[in-house]
Amino acid sequence: MLEVRGLHVAVGGTEILRGVDLSVKAGEVHAIMGPNGSGKSTLTQVLAGHPAYTVTAGTATYEGKDLLALKPEERAREGLFLAFQYPVEIRGITNSYFLRSAVNAVRKHRGQEELDPLDFLAVLEEKLKAIGWDDTLMNRPVNEGFSGGEKKRNEILQLAVLEPRLALLDETDSGLDIDALKTVANAVNKLRAADRSFVIVTHYQRLLNFITPDVVHVLADGRIVKSGGPDLAHELEAKGYDWLRAGAMVS
Amino acid sequence: MTGIEAQVQQPYKYGFVTDIESDVVPPGLNEDVVRLISAKKGEPAWMVDWRLKAYRNWLKMEEPHWPNVKYGPIDYQAISYYAAPKKLPKLESLDQVDPKLVATFEKLGIPIEEQKRLTGVAVDAVFDSVSVATTFQAELAKYGVIFCPISEAIRKHPELVQKYLGTVVPHNDNFFAALNTAVFTDGSFVYVPKGVRCPMELSTYFRINASSTGQFERTLIIADEGSYVSYLEGCSAPMRDENQLHAAVVELVALDNATIKYSTIQNWYPGDEEGKGGIYNFVTKRGKCAGKNSKVSWTQVETGSAITWKYPGCILQGDNSIGEFYSVAVTSRRQQADTGTKMIHLGKNTRSTIVSKGISAGRGQNTYRGLVKIMKGAEGARNYSQCDSMLIGDQCGAHTFPYIDVRNSSAIMEHEASTSKIGEDQIFYLRQRGLSAEDAVSMIVNGFCKEVFKELPMEFAVEATRLLGISLEGSVG
Repeated sequence: MLEVRGLHVAVGGTEILRGVDLSVKAGEVHAIMGPNGSGKSTLTQVLAGHPAYTVTAGTATYEGKDLLALKPEERAREGLFLAFQYPVEIRGITNSYFLRSAVNAVRKHRGQEELDPLDFLAVLEEKLKAIGWDDTLMNRPVNEGFSGGEKKRNEILQLAVLEPRLALLDETDSGLDIDALKTVANAVNKLRAADRSFVIVTHYQRLLNFITPDVVHVLADGRIVKSGGPDLAHELEAKGYDWLRAGAMVS
Repeated sequence: MTGIEAQVQQPYKYGFVTDIESDVVPPGLNEDVVRLISAKKGEPAWMVDWRLKAYRNWLKMEEPHWPNVKYGPIDYQAISYYAAPKKLPKLESLDQVDPKLVATFEKLGIPIEEQKRLTGVAVDAVFDSVSVATTFQAELAKYGVIFCPISEAIRKHPELVQKYLGTVVPHNDNFFAALNTAVFTDGSFVYVPKGVRCPMELSTYFRINASSTGQFERTLIIADEGSYVSYLEGCSAPMRDENQLHAAVVELVALDNATIKYSTIQNWYPGDEEGKGGIYNFVTKRGKCAGKNSKVSWTQVETGSAITWKYPGCILQGDNSIGEFYSVAVTSRRQQADTGTKMIHLGKNTRSTIVSKGISAGRGQNTYRGLVKIMKGAEGARNYSQCDSMLIGDQCGAHTFPYIDVRNSSAIMEHEASTSKIGEDQIFYLRQRGLSAEDAVSMIVNGFCKEVFKELPMEFAVEATRLLGISLEGSVG
């Protein structure tokens, strides 16, 4: 599904990722944890193609294709989805219009017929039902005046409707209270599928109480310094990150 | 290359020239030229006197240089003040319109032949200095609605023209209005009688074709008591290296309980990437809410012209009258716009609303200039103003000059302003959902303009959205 090899990334001349290796198979859920400033968000942004980041070395292969050669919209149409840590607001455009445009961009790419507003409504209702949410966010302008929780929920809703094969979640848990966290986590769990992989970036272990990952990685100082099973998350919660960082420096 | 940057613009779509034989008066302006224009139009003595009075005033006036725009001196003696296609039809039958003219308007998306016309829209097509066709006149006449070229109105309805022409924009109002009064050649005239709701949208399409000419059109719309009319104008011009002057005057008069809705989609040639060529759009537009409970509503979408200088305003004279101004002004390439509105409150409980959206891209400079004046007698007047600016790229500019002059303490004024920049993050967010960079910008801009677009008649809202997409195409890297 996704193979990242020796990825080096700089932004504004500062190197942030210093040789990241990551291998994600279809249907797997990977969690990436790490201290502030370790490069977790950078990894998701660069995989999605944010133009502010420059890849200085390394490769990323997605379903056999050179991911880094694709434009952001091409990656999206090929089934890569990023749930943003800070979703932006778009004035005057309703959430449903925006989402239908996105769905149709993907459908067009796949050679499928575009959905008219009525067809889209039917698809949307089915997806909402599947994750147990209502449509209160749909007729409001995209993210405008949304609470932190609503913004995050909106990201997961888009994930549900766009049906990506690789979903990157960038600190989706940050700023959520425990109830909102559970709501979002439950939706993600319902969206897990054999042909859909997740890379979940999180600062805290608490999201992983609700979403059990297959693999947990620790990213520190621009490298993955440790990988393990779900238990690694608990160990990190108890011990913090410093013991790994020191180790990384020595090795 | 990353991020947002100005790139090559899509070529101007309407820049073609129609090869047609024209009757052009040699360049230059003097009293004889004014008399000649008046004679060509077969005008009565009072018209030529009024034109000469304006011309003599104009000679004493100075071109305004207070707008926030820069351009070289205009040589008024190098401009030809009259150009008309030679084979002029008698307006009784549209079949006699030169096929080349029909083809020109077809190419611009304005079919003149009535059967092909969008149902519910009557069109007056103005080519250079003359109106070449006005559709649906007979149908409108059944309702008593007069819709014809102003030159025809001067001949056929002199009592109406004489009563209202120059009452909203006097002959000496400003430099360009005085010039227009002296040399205007055509434009549209509308009269909607008492209690009539005009059964269709009226529109005028202005086309400049000849080179080295100016277009000076004059529009007069009168809505009698309790009537309603919605009017739309569109415009375009060929691509030329020279700057061409377009100095129009539009006067609206709304009597008791009447409503006039005036929409503009302006797409004059904006000049090339280096700022060479393009139309100087220096126009005076004003509506008078003369009667009680009357309403004048301006909606404009301005995407063209090298330089725009226009302030469609409302004189709120009748008690409880309402003035509205909804505007989207786009400047890209090296376009400059200084535009806004004037709301003059005279009557009691008069209300005005201003919603202005300025979008700057490339090296465009966009200025909002607005005046809200509450006079002594305007008890209980209210104004709401909202000025939003959006910047695309880092070489453009947005400026806001709101003037407020309140002479009655019971007035309630609200003013909101914002400036935003289309950020890389906003575009990236939409691209990450599968939209191309251009679709992303288009979506952001359309969302930004939504409050104005919803004021446009349905068919034209679609046109405006499309036009905005075209004029900003390529402004994002």
